[in-house]
Amino acid sequence: MLSDYSFIGVFLVVAILFALVALGLAWLLSPRKPNPVKTSTYECGIETIGDTWVQFRAQYYIYALVFVVFDIEAVFLFPWAVAYGTKGVGLWALGEAVLFLAILTVGLVYAWRKGALRWM
Amino acid sequence: MDYILHLWTNLGTGMYGLFTGWGLPGWGAKLIIDFIIILLLVILGVLSVIVLTPMERKVIARMQDRPGPNRAWPYGLSQAFADAIKMLTKEMILPKRADRLIYTAAPILIVIPALMIYAVLPFSPVAAGAEVQFGAANLNIGVLYFVALGSVASIAILMAGWGSNNKFALLGAFRVVNQLIAYEVPMILSLLAVVVLTGTMATQRIVEVQSIPYLIVMPIAALTFLASAMAELNRSPFDLLEAESELVAGYQVEYGGMKFAMFYIAEYVNILSTSILFSTLFLGGYKLFGLERVAPVLAPFIVMGKAGFVFFFMLWTRGTFPRIRLDQLVGLAWKFLVPLTLVNLVLVALVVKLSANPWAQAGLVLLGNLITLAVAFLIMSLADRRLKSAAPAAMSEANPLTSAAER
Repeated sequence: MLSDYSFIGVFLVVAILFALVALGLAWLLSPRKPNPVKTSTYECGIETIGDTWVQFRAQYYIYALVFVVFDIEAVFLFPWAVAYGTKGVGLWALGEAVLFLAILTVGLVYAWRKGALRWM
Repeated sequence: MDYILHLWTNLGTGMYGLFTGWGLPGWGAKLIIDFIIILLLVILGVLSVIVLTPMERKVIARMQDRPGPNRAWPYGLSQAFADAIKMLTKEMILPKRADRLIYTAAPILIVIPALMIYAVLPFSPVAAGAEVQFGAANLNIGVLYFVALGSVASIAILMAGWGSNNKFALLGAFRVVNQLIAYEVPMILSLLAVVVLTGTMATQRIVEVQSIPYLIVMPIAALTFLASAMAELNRSPFDLLEAESELVAGYQVEYGGMKFAMFYIAEYVNILSTSILFSTLFLGGYKLFGLERVAPVLAPFIVMGKAGFVFFFMLWTRGTFPRIRLDQLVGLAWKFLVPLTLVNLVLVALVVKLSANPWAQAGLVLLGNLITLAVAFLIMSLADRRLKSAAPAAMSEANPLTSAAER
């Protein structure tokens, strides 16, 4: 089992090397002749107006909140799912998971009713 | 003959013997063999770009009744090589207003998790008693590993959009992240159903347990996974981020040369790994009517063949469906796929406790899936009808996904 994780470690090193070598090779091979027009922001052909890093619409934020709830649920449910089939884990496990999912569903329905899932 | 049939295992054992014969310790020999396997997997990932892009362009061209690329020898198939050389020798522009560090780190960060997913894809059955196993790491958290690495991509994309300091790029990046996180939930829930049924997260074990392909047993989980995977990969009809006609190219707009190519590589590497994962989880992986036990040498080719069919299916949907709207996109995930997969998950959990016999489990899950689908479409059509009778004027916009329950 430990050797499987060393496999992942070696893989990480190779993947990082791949990215660096590919970009480094291109850095060596490619020309570099920047000029002010070339490095300007590519938007509509005219000078860009205003700052890009501004406050953004809250719609995305609400979706992200709903997502965080469900993503944390996944962290809890994966261990449950693995242990669930083993002997000795009785119907209680089913009841607990159903209760957990029901609470989540109530949250989803609440967000839905409140219009949080409506794109405006 | 027997040597050929078990070629991969024999090669691994042979190399192990060779390296230990040179006086290396066992773990050192294994490390070198791991390194060779990883290099092969990375090459496979990069080759996928060169093989899948001509396939995609040709197939889509045929579906749209045009010849597609046909100049580069032969039949336009070497177009990808020409593109690769062009990308390598093209200038990498660093926009004046960009955030240098974040802008440069994004293409590196996106390609690393894409490649690392290959670590858990099983290409071959476990050979009993062999010192060295050919293929991937048999992680006991394989499925979770896939999900975790998949979500790194959204950070890289947000970095690309933010670092470019371009309004189109940032808007595109926000859209993508919104889409990625919306479809991650149904994807996780459909994977959970598989994990509950098999009782393990190890991909190798899931293939071993899978006597009937789970596409037949759990159509809901399989189709939801496929739809969410296509959304995560930004394939049509979920390709809103690229939306060439609206957003130029989304988050990639400021990238050129090899930096752009990194996003491109990551995209196709992800497409291949997701296709392989789909065939592993839902199509029986390297299994093909017992052929993998007779001739394990064929196992990787069986997996790749199945993955090829999955990829063709993705192209087929691309050739068939128009791009969907942003509100429909998010509505489909949260209001249709999430409830459906939640029901499926509870159903599978119930069935696992009802019966321990795998065939009875499969039958019950299939029955439950069909009933769930029927009920879901009944609810959809009722909502649709109510919507149409309530507001005939708005019929052109009538869409049960976006508006049914909000009225």
